[in-house]
Amino acid sequence: MEYVPVNFPFLAAALLVGISFYIIIFKRNLIKLVMGIGMMASGVNLFLVALGYRAGGNAPIYTEVPEGPMVLSVPQALTLTSIVINVAVLALMLALVIQIYRHTGSLDSEKSRTMKG
Amino acid sequence: MAALVTHSPILIIAIPLLAAFLTPLIGRLSGKARNVLVLGNLAFVAFLVFALTRDISVNGIRVYTLGATSPDLTIPEGVMVPVRIILEVDGMSMFMAIIWTIVSLAATIYSLAHIAKETGQNRFYTLLLLMVAGAYGMMFTGDLFNLFVFLEIASISGAALIAFRTRFADTQEGGFKYIVISAIASLMVLFATGLLYGQYNLLNIAALAKVMEYTTLDKIALVLLLIAFTMKTGMIPLHMWFPDSYTVAPASITGMLVITSHACMYAAFRVCFSLYGGISDTYVVGWIITVFGLLTAFIGVTMAVYQTDVMRFMSYHAISQLGYMWMGVGVGLAVLGNPELLYTYGRDAMAGGIFHILNHAMYKPLLFFTGGALFHVTGTRDLTKMGGLAHKMKWTAILYIIGTLSISGIPPLNGFSSKILIYESVYHFHPILTIMGIIVSILTLASFIKAFHSAFMGAELPMYKQIREVPVPMLIGMGILAFGIVFITLFPGQVSRWIIYPAADALIDQLSYIHAVMGVVP
Repeated sequence: MEYVPVNFPFLAAALLVGISFYIIIFKRNLIKLVMGIGMMASGVNLFLVALGYRAGGNAPIYTEVPEGPMVLSVPQALTLTSIVINVAVLALMLALVIQIYRHTGSLDSEKSRTMKG
Repeated sequence: MAALVTHSPILIIAIPLLAAFLTPLIGRLSGKARNVLVLGNLAFVAFLVFALTRDISVNGIRVYTLGATSPDLTIPEGVMVPVRIILEVDGMSMFMAIIWTIVSLAATIYSLAHIAKETGQNRFYTLLLLMVAGAYGMMFTGDLFNLFVFLEIASISGAALIAFRTRFADTQEGGFKYIVISAIASLMVLFATGLLYGQYNLLNIAALAKVMEYTTLDKIALVLLLIAFTMKTGMIPLHMWFPDSYTVAPASITGMLVITSHACMYAAFRVCFSLYGGISDTYVVGWIITVFGLLTAFIGVTMAVYQTDVMRFMSYHAISQLGYMWMGVGVGLAVLGNPELLYTYGRDAMAGGIFHILNHAMYKPLLFFTGGALFHVTGTRDLTKMGGLAHKMKWTAILYIIGTLSISGIPPLNGFSSKILIYESVYHFHPILTIMGIIVSILTLASFIKAFHSAFMGAELPMYKQIREVPVPMLIGMGILAFGIVFITLFPGQVSRWIIYPAADALIDQLSYIHAVMGVVP
């Protein structure tokens, strides 16, 4: 039995989410913040796809499927939905970043702040 | 009629969604026709909500399976578990839907005048209807992934609406903060959904609750879900974004955002009671929620006292009031495992918390609307620059007084009936909760009187000689909510019997929630 590193994707997903949390909390550039959220979304999507993976499984298409296990189809459907949603979220965020830059002339979250207290 | 009620759970979500995409088309032809479409659509949804409420109060929980041959066929033949998306509507969902239907209608009528001078109104109403559909979906869904999708729909449209007036710099910042927080929160929800799906291969809340083993991963999922939803409602360690976003949105949208944060609170209750209600740790979770609720109530009001921006000041009060609801329902959750205590005071505490949601959903949008009316006529949100406005804006002043008395819990107004219910019941749990609650209430009254004084009282200021009362649609929008306050004030007993206690019982009764989907086990 050959060793299949099934846990590796989960570690990668956890690492992505961890790094993105670091970026979101500590980086002051708004574009980097948006990238952090994009990374977080990728981490969660990777986690979902890895959940549905079965070692040596086939794609979950029922016509002319070869013998053997099949990877789960539901997480893939979830991931697709989540990717689409995240595209919308990131697009809206970038649009708002452009607007903030137009108004304040800065992408630094400390300098472009107008509200305090 | 029967068929309409049977299909109303999906119709209530689908009709605003369809109308949202019709709005820009019809808006191209005529602005009036678009307004009629939006209002007529929301009025029809209101009719469906009330018809469904009546049906559920008679027949109990209603499930709606999407894509099945019959709506109540939750589990397909040959399969042991529900695989389709299921909408599950019980007393608590209906309670939230009633609130949402009233506030969204009032906010739309208010918007007709409030944003009449803005460009891009077609987009405004499209986003507004999308938000309506998203929040209804959150209230009705019985599926975790579906909850995530509707949460995102409500959040994206909410953020775009906050940033709607692009000519101001602060609106862009508020919208950006809102979408960042929403994106993080919903990704956490998705991650937790993945954790649960990985263990049980299920997405349905009722089916998950039935097989829940409360492993370490389940605990992590619970923590993630609670952090996500409490972050969206602005509970205290995660509240920084809340005033920034709520202050800058158009006032009608701020009023609606209050209810979307209630919808997130509802989702947190759903997770605590319906999904994790059968576990033994509800005592700990309940205590944590209660303590954070207390902190939220107290810190929120202390930060509100010194604000000079009228909307910002009300936003901090919104945070503070949300603390009361967490406190009431948290106490109920803490004693959920102990039937004796639950029926001595736990159920009343929950009913108090839920009643407070209803009251808050009436007076807080009303106050935000009056704040928007002040902004509408004076062009500033700064309380120190206002003064003597009651001379010209009599109706707004009266509506503001109604909201103020209600939020401060002055008897006999509706805020009092829910607060007294919370005070009396949480006193048995821990007396300090009641004491702090009363202190918060006093501070609330003090700060609202201060704001009233600086905005409305005093001599007429020379720069506000020309102003007039706000347009009639704005007064109607505020009047609907004020009427709601008066109605609850006059009939608190009936209201709590019709919708409050059924909602609390729907949360407590986890087994019925499971059985409605999984069928009664012989």
